[in-house]
Amino acid sequence: MKAKVNGLERELADGSTVASVLALLDAPPSGVAVAVDGEVVPRAAWGTTAVPEGAVVEVLTAVQGG
Amino acid sequence: MDDPLVIAGREFGSRLVMGTGGAANLSVLERALVASGTELTTVAMRRLDASGGGVLDLLGRLGISALPNTAGCRTAAEAVLTARLAREALETNWVKLEVVADDQTLLPDPVELLDAAEKLVDDGFVVLPYTSDDPVLALRLEQIGCAAVMPLGSPIGTGLGIRNPHNIELIVSRASVPVVLDAGVGTASDAALAMELGCSAVLLATAVTRAQDPERMAAAMRAGVEAGRLARLAGRIPKRFWAHASSPAVG
Repeated sequence: MKAKVNGLERELADGSTVASVLALLDAPPSGVAVAVDGEVVPRAAWGTTAVPEGAVVEVLTAVQGG
Repeated sequence: MDDPLVIAGREFGSRLVMGTGGAANLSVLERALVASGTELTTVAMRRLDASGGGVLDLLGRLGISALPNTAGCRTAAEAVLTARLAREALETNWVKLEVVADDQTLLPDPVELLDAAEKLVDDGFVVLPYTSDDPVLALRLEQIGCAAVMPLGSPIGTGLGIRNPHNIELIVSRASVPVVLDAGVGTASDAALAMELGCSAVLLATAVTRAQDPERMAAAMRAGVEAGRLARLAGRIPKRFWAHASSPAVG
């Protein structure tokens, strides 16, 4: 199935969860947050939240700024 | 702490809030942050693959609290989502709320700002809004529950200093939350002036990170903020038109 992850179209395995997308991105264990289709997914729900077909996934972290 | 800055019940020994944007690299930033004495420093939220990572580790190592901002957001909806992501990523409900209108001026969009502030306050955030130097808007932001108001001295990154000192004084005179002068500071005298006008703190980044010697400028800003604070507390003499001898006229 397809999903847009941080602006890029990606082919994901069926049944992918937020946690599996983070693993794909090699995300660090802390300091990141995820929104799926504009809704924040709490850390505790990453393993159980499925990424639907065509979802827009944003994975953010803190950078220098302000 | 002798004269702490208190925001939402939290005490800070330093009245200089720093930003992390514009530094050539993390080691320059580290030296500047240490020299500034800051205890609270902003970070931006960006996609994981963007460059500029490692700043959280740096702040953690230095014992400086990270204050996430919503830089880059143009609408209340974007800012609210960014703040919620920041809360999740950084495990803090503090946010520097920034909703700017356009790239040329980077001035706050007052309508979107007020809307976003209201939603975030309702959602339990400690909201520190970056606002224009409009005394009416500042009061409105306070009334809806913002923990501080942060008027600009002049547009972000311009180094033009405080263009309307009277407005800053008006904001200070009516505020019962801390007023943090945010944006426009170019050099140490600007930071001192902000404090002399009665601001509780100064937030700056570019003036330090893009100075020729960021570490030295950070030390200058720290001294400027401290000098301005002391002068404010000391109570300046009134301005007079004619000279007034300071030595005895007789004897």
